[in-house]
Amino acid sequence: MKKLTLQEKQQTAEALLHRIKDLHTEGENIRLMEVCGTHTVAIFREGLRQVLPKGIELVSGPGCPVCVTDQVYMDKALAYAEMDDVIIATFGDMLKVPGSYSSLTEAQTKGAHIHVIYTPLEVLTLGKQYPHKKIVFLAIGFETTIAVIGATVKAVAEAGLRNVFFLVSHKLVPPALRALLDRQVGQIDGFILPGHVSVIIGEQPYAFLPMEYAIPSCIAGFDGVEVLSAVLNILEQRHRGRFEVGNTYHSVVMQEGNLVAQQLMDEVYDICDDTWRGIGVIPNSGLKLSEAYAHLDVEKMIPITLDKPSLDPKGCQCGRVLQGLIKPNECPLFGKACTPDHAIGACMVSVEGSCAAWYKYGYASGGLSWEE
Amino acid sequence: MERIRLVHGNGGRFSHELTERFILKYFTNDLLAPLHDGAQFSVSAGRMAFSTDSYVVQPPFFPGGNIGKLAVCGTVNDLVMNGAIPQYLSCSLILEEGLPFDELDDILATMRDMAEQANIQIVTGDTKVVKKGEVDKIYINTAGVGMIPENIHIGPSYVKPNMDIILSGSIGDHSIAVMGQRFGLELSENIKTDCAPLNHMIQAVLSKVGPQVALLRDPTRGGLGTVLKEIADQSQVGIKIHQSKLIIHDEVQSVCDILGYDPLYLANEGKVVLIVEPSVTDEVLNILHSFPEGREASHIGSTLDKNLGKVGMQTSIGGMRLIDLLGEDQVPRIC
Repeated sequence: MKKLTLQEKQQTAEALLHRIKDLHTEGENIRLMEVCGTHTVAIFREGLRQVLPKGIELVSGPGCPVCVTDQVYMDKALAYAEMDDVIIATFGDMLKVPGSYSSLTEAQTKGAHIHVIYTPLEVLTLGKQYPHKKIVFLAIGFETTIAVIGATVKAVAEAGLRNVFFLVSHKLVPPALRALLDRQVGQIDGFILPGHVSVIIGEQPYAFLPMEYAIPSCIAGFDGVEVLSAVLNILEQRHRGRFEVGNTYHSVVMQEGNLVAQQLMDEVYDICDDTWRGIGVIPNSGLKLSEAYAHLDVEKMIPITLDKPSLDPKGCQCGRVLQGLIKPNECPLFGKACTPDHAIGACMVSVEGSCAAWYKYGYASGGLSWEE
Repeated sequence: MERIRLVHGNGGRFSHELTERFILKYFTNDLLAPLHDGAQFSVSAGRMAFSTDSYVVQPPFFPGGNIGKLAVCGTVNDLVMNGAIPQYLSCSLILEEGLPFDELDDILATMRDMAEQANIQIVTGDTKVVKKGEVDKIYINTAGVGMIPENIHIGPSYVKPNMDIILSGSIGDHSIAVMGQRFGLELSENIKTDCAPLNHMIQAVLSKVGPQVALLRDPTRGGLGTVLKEIADQSQVGIKIHQSKLIIHDEVQSVCDILGYDPLYLANEGKVVLIVEPSVTDEVLNILHSFPEGREASHIGSTLDKNLGKVGMQTSIGGMRLIDLLGEDQVPRIC
């Protein structure tokens, strides 16, 4: 795929905005939810909210894997981290997520061995490097990450490593969208669907959106122009009165997705109910290791019981933010008790969290104030 | 393979050997030659700039350079940012027991070449050796002095509204080159550090239009975003820049896209932000363009008398993005 030059990008954006304005009736209020943290960041980085017509509102959804990981999972991860013979392998994003009583960063300062990895396959090296330790990999993430981690699970099994385990809390995007719509809370007039997730699962798993809920949606790539083209696609669907799963990321997302990755996921994981931070249990929205790989499931092989109850941070509105019910700056803690340097909720921790994005890009003082 | 041993730092015969085998081989000049406790030299009357920096990059070798290149260019450039003409540097080496001789050779040869390129002399120094594991191969401290010509007054207090902001080239190259090496990413060979001494280029600017230059800053750690926000705060002006004027090489942008880095916050080692009177902008650009390290220079924005303390970037699609200081270190995203 050829990248647009800045000038081409500018021209394309102008043309798209022109069409968007044509299709939007003044005074009409449309709320579109982006379901991917990378989209949330791109929308801010490129200042999309200021160029869209008033009335088209972009709302962030449950699209940041760290943010939707629930408190019980964090507490379990911390319990493993405190074991003398355990090395936690994790993506860097997880370090500062507050558990009920501590965080991985805090555990690290108290002597826990925590290894930040950049690609899941590093756990193989760690397993060989520390034969007398148990490596516990914090396996979180949506479909994109699941495929890569699934391949890692297989590689660990094939290598016969007996000291590498997975603490799995993978989340699936389509069931979460269904749950948001079933609850009928907050107005959602369309979904901007995540490009990377869709590379894996394709278009079909979203088919229930137009068919059962009469909601337009569009798969989008990650720069501002690609998000704009998805907004336009959704407006066009509304204009025609015929809804579908649009795809403006054709060059990358195939209709049927990545079949090899899907097959791998089927082999390594079974679908299960899962708990999402602040939202609760969503049926069939998570994955656990299948029977054939159960010997790599740390919860089965090294069972633990948490001796204290898991508590959501007091006053934190992450759950409502993740469902698009409130904007981050409507949380009473936002920018006051809760900032990226002293995060209370997960959405303020991850670079892709909505609260962190709102804070970083200048909403701390109540709005993007820039005098022209 | 010969390696550095602890005895090389004990001050005795082995230390002498180390000095002769390495230091005198690469750094030879009249001021260093006496091997006294310091260097003695005369200075002209006027104002002097004095700067120091320690270099601890990991890994010490990366595409386009090594820690020695940083150690010379970094301190030379810090002097340049004061408007000074760099003259003399000190060089303090802290070596890890076990460092291969040939790696030290490479680093010192690079320092010699960079000193020559920057037309400065390394006139005093020190070498310590510490036990394996106490440092990561090699740390270097350099300090430097240079004289500031008359009529040159550089600093945040000279920045006023309605001045032009010029950036001397692309951003992000250095960070991505080092990170690629650190994490063993197989990156395009076009990704190299931009590390270079900027004194000749900046002297060419200052000798022509020095009094019209208010500020020089190198966007190193924290990147361009952090530096602009610091200027807006320190000088109490607003700053508006245009995304379309920033140069980010395709390869750098691609790595950023994959890892979730923001090029605005990546370190550069051979770039400079100049804030100048609008009357000289074109002339400054012409001068910068005539140097290889300034060939991609562009006028990226201006200072304002409103939005004081804020930095706004007009995005290529017409939106406005506020730019803050770098917070936490950027970490790769996970999906």
